[in-house]
Amino acid sequence: MAALRREGRRFAAPLISNNPIKPFRSSFAPAEEQALLGVRSISTQIVRNRMKSVRNIQKITKAMKMVAASKLRAIQTKAENSRGLWQPFTALLGDTPSVDVKKNVIVTISSDKGLCGGINSTSVKISRGIRKLNSGPDQESKYVILGEKAKVQLVRDSKNDIELIITELQKNPLNYTQVSVLADDILKNVEYDALRIVFNKFQSVVSFLPTTATVLSPEVVEKEAESGGKLGELDSYEIEGGETKSEVLQNLTEFQFSCVMFNAVLENACSEQGARMSAMDSSSRNAGEMLDRLTLTYNRTRQASITTELIEIISGASALEG
Amino acid sequence: MIRHASTGLLSRSIATGVQHRHFSSTEVPAADELFMMAWKRIMPNLDPPKTPLSFVRPRPSSISAADIASKLTVNLVSPYSEFSNREVDMVVVPATTGQMGILPGHMASISELKPGVLSIHDGDDVKKYFISSGFAFIHSNSVADIMATEAVPIEQVDPASVQKWLVEFTQKLSSASTDLEKAEAQIGVDVLVALNSAL
Repeated sequence: MAALRREGRRFAAPLISNNPIKPFRSSFAPAEEQALLGVRSISTQIVRNRMKSVRNIQKITKAMKMVAASKLRAIQTKAENSRGLWQPFTALLGDTPSVDVKKNVIVTISSDKGLCGGINSTSVKISRGIRKLNSGPDQESKYVILGEKAKVQLVRDSKNDIELIITELQKNPLNYTQVSVLADDILKNVEYDALRIVFNKFQSVVSFLPTTATVLSPEVVEKEAESGGKLGELDSYEIEGGETKSEVLQNLTEFQFSCVMFNAVLENACSEQGARMSAMDSSSRNAGEMLDRLTLTYNRTRQASITTELIEIISGASALEG
Repeated sequence: MIRHASTGLLSRSIATGVQHRHFSSTEVPAADELFMMAWKRIMPNLDPPKTPLSFVRPRPSSISAADIASKLTVNLVSPYSEFSNREVDMVVVPATTGQMGILPGHMASISELKPGVLSIHDGDDVKKYFISSGFAFIHSNSVADIMATEAVPIEQVDPASVQKWLVEFTQKLSSASTDLEKAEAQIGVDVLVALNSAL
């Protein structure tokens, strides 16, 4: 309704002025005729231009939706195959998002391109929430950002807390080697007691659940195992291979991080494509509705100008007769 | 804060009469209570994020020592594929300490794996996979999780190219100058020797 009112206001403005519409003089012949007659009606040219641009937008968004659908199909199988990867880790080490540690690192995964609905904003909101949750007297939280969209939002208020920014992740198709190199990079450059990965889990084409997975550093794992609680049974496992338990634990946590990251990145990519599909779908539907309204306005305008012409001719003729 | 959580969970488990195992199917908490409560307090307008706990698949519950399962449940996962919940008789994994056989009722252990052949025995049926390192968790409820970075059925490995690459990497090893190059070449040689002996 507001759109209709806005359109109405825009078309009413030329009606008010009595001067011919100068910009159109140089362009189209039918507009020139109308301009010469004085502005008695809205120029159909404006409406026609607007219809052309809306039609183009509809085509573009429809094409973007198809592209997103095909990309989603390609990446969805990969994501589903990678879901088994983190299950054994959660079975062994549990998932403790409420763990109380000094150095928290929040890894926010987002997309590089826009037009994908609200998933990046939700990820950023959740990251901010987790940061607030872990802001005790001697606790600190740092960000590691994957993707342009989260970077733009988080740089605004937490510029000093950002450790690493990684963009253009999806230039080449996602594979485990690339993600493990990335994970290695993060682990080397960032000091952490707990890593909290924030991403959107792909549940279905219309539903994306913001999720956070927690990976603890080997020292914290040992501490938690000793203090009992969820990791208490870890000591009952016999460690084979490697020289010391701490070495094996370190390899284990690094492997866990890269596995969880791989799954998280894939799920987020799926969510991005799914969100883009639904955003572009609603956009092309809106464009279609707008086009319908514009067509009605166009026809009314055209008929009004024809009627005006007829009235003039007839009144002119009747004046001549008598 | 964690102590409170642990005592809370322990009291709950004692009440239900089951030994406290956080990965048994009878009492996996669907979400971390403490986290949910803290989140609701701090961000009341936003729904709390889900955690992996809500997506965990149920696993066979723990069993006491006297009651050992007859078959081993094996989950072989890699970043690109997974074979889950297969009931088999025995699994032989290439641990860093040598080939390790896992039978139902094996003691709980965590072992690092080196590149080698993993074989799954189910009756007379033996399936062999080549894995390039990873981890194997054996739980006391006769569930074995094997996580590998790459798991390839041995039939898909081409002997000719293995030989070719082995020659190339041994060459690289002998001509390596820096420590990094030496380490890389050594890794290549190790994997290919294991592959070669597996064929």
